[in-house]
Amino acid sequence: MTMVFEHFNFAVVIVLMMTGLFAVFASHNMIKKLVGLSVFQTSVFLLYISLSKVTGGRPPVLSKKELHGYGDSYAKAGDGADAAYKTVEKTAEIIYSNPLPHVLILTAIVVGVATLAIGLALVVRTREEYGSIEEDEIDAYNYQDNLEGVSR
Amino acid sequence: MKPQSKTRFKPMPERSENQHVILRVVAKLLIPLIAVYGLYVHFHGDYGPGGGFQAGVIFASSIILYALIFGLDEAKRVVPPSWIRIIMSLGVLVFGGTGVATWLLGGEYLNYTMFAPDSTHAAGQHWGIFAVEIGVLLTVTSVILAIFYAFGSRGGSRRGSHSPNPVDGDKS
Amino acid sequence: MDLLSLFPEWVLVHGPAAIVVLPLMFGALVALSPSEKLSWATTWIVTGLSGLMSLGLLLQVISHGPIGYAMGGWKPPLGIAYSVDALNAPILLLISVVAFICTIYALPSVVAEVGPKKRSTFYAVFLLSFAGLMGMVATADAFNVFVFLEISSISTYALVAMGSSRDRRALPSSFNYLIMGSIGATFFVIGIGFLYMQTGTLNMMDMARVLQDIGPGDRVVQLAFAFIVIGLGLKLAMFPLHTWLPTAYAYAPSFFTAFLAATATKAALYLLMRFTFTVFDPSWDFISTALMVIIAGLGTIGMLAASLQAIFQSDIRRVLAFSSVAQVGYILLGIGMATTLGLTAGYLHILNHAVMKGALFLAVGAFWYRFGITKVSDMRGLGKTMPWTMAGFTIAGLSLIGVPGTVGFVSKLALVQAAAENGWWWAIGVIVVSSVLAIVYVGRMIEQAYFQPVPKINDRYIKRNEAPLMMLIPLWTLALASVAFGINSHWPMSLAQGAAQVLNDGPILLIRETMPAIPAIPSTGGH
Repeated sequence: MTMVFEHFNFAVVIVLMMTGLFAVFASHNMIKKLVGLSVFQTSVFLLYISLSKVTGGRPPVLSKKELHGYGDSYAKAGDGADAAYKTVEKTAEIIYSNPLPHVLILTAIVVGVATLAIGLALVVRTREEYGSIEEDEIDAYNYQDNLEGVSR
Repeated sequence: MKPQSKTRFKPMPERSENQHVILRVVAKLLIPLIAVYGLYVHFHGDYGPGGGFQAGVIFASSIILYALIFGLDEAKRVVPPSWIRIIMSLGVLVFGGTGVATWLLGGEYLNYTMFAPDSTHAAGQHWGIFAVEIGVLLTVTSVILAIFYAFGSRGGSRRGSHSPNPVDGDKS
Repeated sequence: MDLLSLFPEWVLVHGPAAIVVLPLMFGALVALSPSEKLSWATTWIVTGLSGLMSLGLLLQVISHGPIGYAMGGWKPPLGIAYSVDALNAPILLLISVVAFICTIYALPSVVAEVGPKKRSTFYAVFLLSFAGLMGMVATADAFNVFVFLEISSISTYALVAMGSSRDRRALPSSFNYLIMGSIGATFFVIGIGFLYMQTGTLNMMDMARVLQDIGPGDRVVQLAFAFIVIGLGLKLAMFPLHTWLPTAYAYAPSFFTAFLAATATKAALYLLMRFTFTVFDPSWDFISTALMVIIAGLGTIGMLAASLQAIFQSDIRRVLAFSSVAQVGYILLGIGMATTLGLTAGYLHILNHAVMKGALFLAVGAFWYRFGITKVSDMRGLGKTMPWTMAGFTIAGLSLIGVPGTVGFVSKLALVQAAAENGWWWAIGVIVVSSVLAIVYVGRMIEQAYFQPVPKINDRYIKRNEAPLMMLIPLWTLALASVAFGINSHWPMSLAQGAAQVLNDGPILLIRETMPAIPAIPSTGGH
């Protein structure tokens, strides 16, 4: 039990992941499949996001309070390089959370949106062609097509 | 039904005119705010959380709200689908073109330093990210709207059989 | 090296990025094009340019070693690096040349199969898919691989669905592909996440370096490997994970089927080799076991099962699609041996299979274009009604069986030699049995075409109706290539040996070779 709480983020990720995969495999409705797929992908987003947390780390955003040197460097172009070095020295003392997984997951979210959009578009078109979004019924129609050899 | 001769908008369909006064008033208040907030998120991306992708979604949501309240046809009059196609491509071209510009300036692809090689405080990076994010903003806004239009225009009755709208796998 | 001097230096330095960026940007332009002829011409020129640049890169790699490229000027461990070496340069050339050849075929074929309003979009999405494939092969950044994998996959789903104006079954098959493909890509990205968790880097070479320090005992690394292999296995149609492939190939527009069959699984196979051999270390226990039991084992099962299934299909394209699954089995068997000879044979078969399967699918598209034929039983008399198309089909079909003098024979012979060297006699048996099964399913089609009478319509024999020249030229180019490289296999063999060399040298050499090769840009800006 303690292990579950120590790795709470992973527990959540695993539950979501399995829920999503189960929904994809167990349901015959195309929309439900897409819902399952989205849940599955979301679990991966959570996995990445929880990776990026550094214990005691701040959000990886430069704020003016910590870094007035950086802000000033715009005003005084001459000592910009010095200011930049000061910035580096100052930031070295602060622990930040890792921003990279966030960026990666932003990309993965875009990919997920695109997949979902294409998937839903396919569902709409399938319904227009077959009049159904149940895979069993579509398979039955396809079986019919196979026998008759439809070529349009 | 009184025609609204003062405005340049077409008269609304009867149903929405009478029933949704509150919605329409609130929407008229909110839509400009949402749009401005979208632009704020975009331009603030330089200093804090934000950037083209988030801003594009927020900006598109303002137009989607407009479509929800005033109807899809009205929204398509404000932002025609043909524009969307052009803007979508334009955004990709702005993004890619920034990279091509850095090539022409003699650097690697998307090496923003080339825009201001002598700058001591990474001005080139600012300009480059600015240009790229504009491209992202344009593409994301138009892609989200394209998805919305593609699904929205199929509501209820089954008509026409145009293609599922292919969506660019764009990067944020 | 004479040929190399023809390429401007810019191409050789910036090529790794240019081959990806060019189709991506022109894809956006093509989407706006008002005329489909213009879109087609642009697509053709862009794929041709990419092919030329890939050739330049390949020649450069052969004569001067790996080329590295730092995107945005950010040096490798931090920034996204692109790297072209002897392992991926031939795949890049293959993808772009097949795209270039198939695009010629697209002009008549797309007019017949895709609705008029969708055609410019079709070419735009095709360029996106092409860019995605090039990107996932060229990049050396693990997450970037995922991004390009998805760019190519998502555009592939859309393109497969566009076959719906010809046959509505394209829609559920595209949906099925979408579900399986997305699960595969997500498994892959979970694997990358675990690797990132343990190594703290996304650059493949840097990852390999850190993984060497971590060693094989780490459970997370083992888990990451499992996820990556399953994810890529879905994408490359490894035997029990191949269910999406036959329907997707059968109902996509025929031009795109040819391109897909020749390139998409090949790019995923490349990634499998790249990750197994140069990011992980094949000498580790769990990996050598996985190579032998899972990759080679499933490969051989796939060779038998898929060949057997191919025999009982009635749709021509499904026959060929199941045959593709079987051929992926050959490649996996070669990779699973993990010896120089085995890797060479597997890699050679990647190149050879692309050539012959491309030709076969192009011919099948031409059958449909002229007579609406999709079934094996409808192929009666095609030897007389479409003699040139059928001759091209037959040459490629013989190559698929592995008749001496064709590319199929060269790679099967190499595979048999590798298996003999390893002492895997059962593998030789499987190769022979699978080839016999190939004789059956290819022979069935050839028999229908040449030894059955021409069918009659209203008591009249169907007249000879050859495919247009635009279809015959690409078909015959590929068919002749499969003979030419079958008779003189020196060049593809040397490419495969170079690739096997890279795989054998493992991760360490790659770091040494590639890292300094990235052109140093004087850092004038103060970051």
